[in-house]
Amino acid sequence: MNNTLFGYKQRHTWLNQTTGTAKLVGFLALTSIGMLSYDTRFLLGLGVLAIALMRSAQIKYREYAFMLKLVLIFAVINLIMVAVLAPQYGVQLYGTRHVLIGRGYWALTQEQVFYECNLLLKYLFSLPLAIILLFTTNPSEFAAGLNKIGVSYKIAYAFAITLRYIPDVQRDYQTISLAQQARGYEISKQATLWARSKGAVQIILPLVFTSLNRIDTISQAMALRRFGREKQRSWYQEQAFKNRDVIVILGALVVVGVGIGLLFSNHGRLYNPFHTS
Amino acid sequence: MVKQKKSDGLSVRSVVATGIGAAVFFVLMKFIAIPTGVPNTTINVAEGWLALIAGLFGPVVGLLVGLIGHTLNDAVTYGAPWWSWVLADGIFGLLLGLSKRSLALAYGELTTKKIVQFNLWQAVSNLVVWVIIAPIGDILIYKEAAQKVFLQGAVAAVVNTLSVAIIGTLLLVAYVKSRPKKSSLRRE
Repeated sequence: MNNTLFGYKQRHTWLNQTTGTAKLVGFLALTSIGMLSYDTRFLLGLGVLAIALMRSAQIKYREYAFMLKLVLIFAVINLIMVAVLAPQYGVQLYGTRHVLIGRGYWALTQEQVFYECNLLLKYLFSLPLAIILLFTTNPSEFAAGLNKIGVSYKIAYAFAITLRYIPDVQRDYQTISLAQQARGYEISKQATLWARSKGAVQIILPLVFTSLNRIDTISQAMALRRFGREKQRSWYQEQAFKNRDVIVILGALVVVGVGIGLLFSNHGRLYNPFHTS
Repeated sequence: MVKQKKSDGLSVRSVVATGIGAAVFFVLMKFIAIPTGVPNTTINVAEGWLALIAGLFGPVVGLLVGLIGHTLNDAVTYGAPWWSWVLADGIFGLLLGLSKRSLALAYGELTTKKIVQFNLWQAVSNLVVWVIIAPIGDILIYKEAAQKVFLQGAVAAVVNTLSVAIIGTLLLVAYVKSRPKKSSLRRE
């Protein structure tokens, strides 16, 4: 299947052998609590844990280097936007004002720097977790996992179809694109804006119609096989839970517990180092 | 289509439409970028596709295509889904799906009036989704600065409205042209 797109590869590590369901639950639990918490200590801890886990999954730097660069660019653009558009947002959040340099509206405050560091942590901490999930889970296992955590099997199956057909649609796209370029539609950066737009449209139309035909073909095949008759279905890639999976889920729950505990001890989502001083 | 036994939830066709719809959405989002001339701002072809698929298959499919397609794209590109925007795209699909009946694409004719209605509706939906839902989600979920997220939302709303107006309308017209008209068969 589309192993190259998601970077899934068979590796012989414990994270590879953990079931997709356990990893999905763990991922959702950890990213949700990381999303909620603004406690720097907690986010740092979570990041370190995530990196350690990624190490133990034997994922190499070059496999995710491109992704990391994209995320860093995205993070930097966002941080700059916050700094320009809302330079006093940190002050507003933390309730104190310690000016580092400058003055007035554009003064750089400790609170702002601290807030932006937190923001950076939040943009980055989930990347290793997502990389683990994507790189160590067979895509077909996701559907079974989704169904197991309570998503209706029809939706889970739709998700499975998406994963199954992304490579096909991609191939269609490339074929159509080459065919149209052979006919003289230029879509590279050298062409003018208008020519490129026209070229893109010439690719999209055939792609849309093949895809609509595909919907008909597949749904007829599935209707013939009586898809959707029963209340449940079984999954080819489903795996039985082992001790390892229970431990992964329990571990994730412990981390979530710590996060929730911190929410209470901080009296809210923010960890405020300026308050006591 | 064969008439189904009273099935609960989604029909087979909706399941497949969701699956393929999200796959195409993903590929378009990732690979096709039509530049607008403004740096880093591209016409989002995927939103035009979402408009067509939601108009054809209704709000539930629209919602799911937006959610699944955006989640996958975020997961593969940035490592983690940005839930507030994922939700916004889903709701956009849902809102556009509501136009299914009035558009009646399968056997209808696409009058100018319908095109204008569709574009008004998509502009309103885009506005609601990107200027209200996405930024408020950013503020509530991620505690982002309001000034920044509303600016991002406004830019997204303008770009996406334009994208759907150009690509979406084009797809609708092309689709209806490819279908037989309702009155094309006459009893002799």
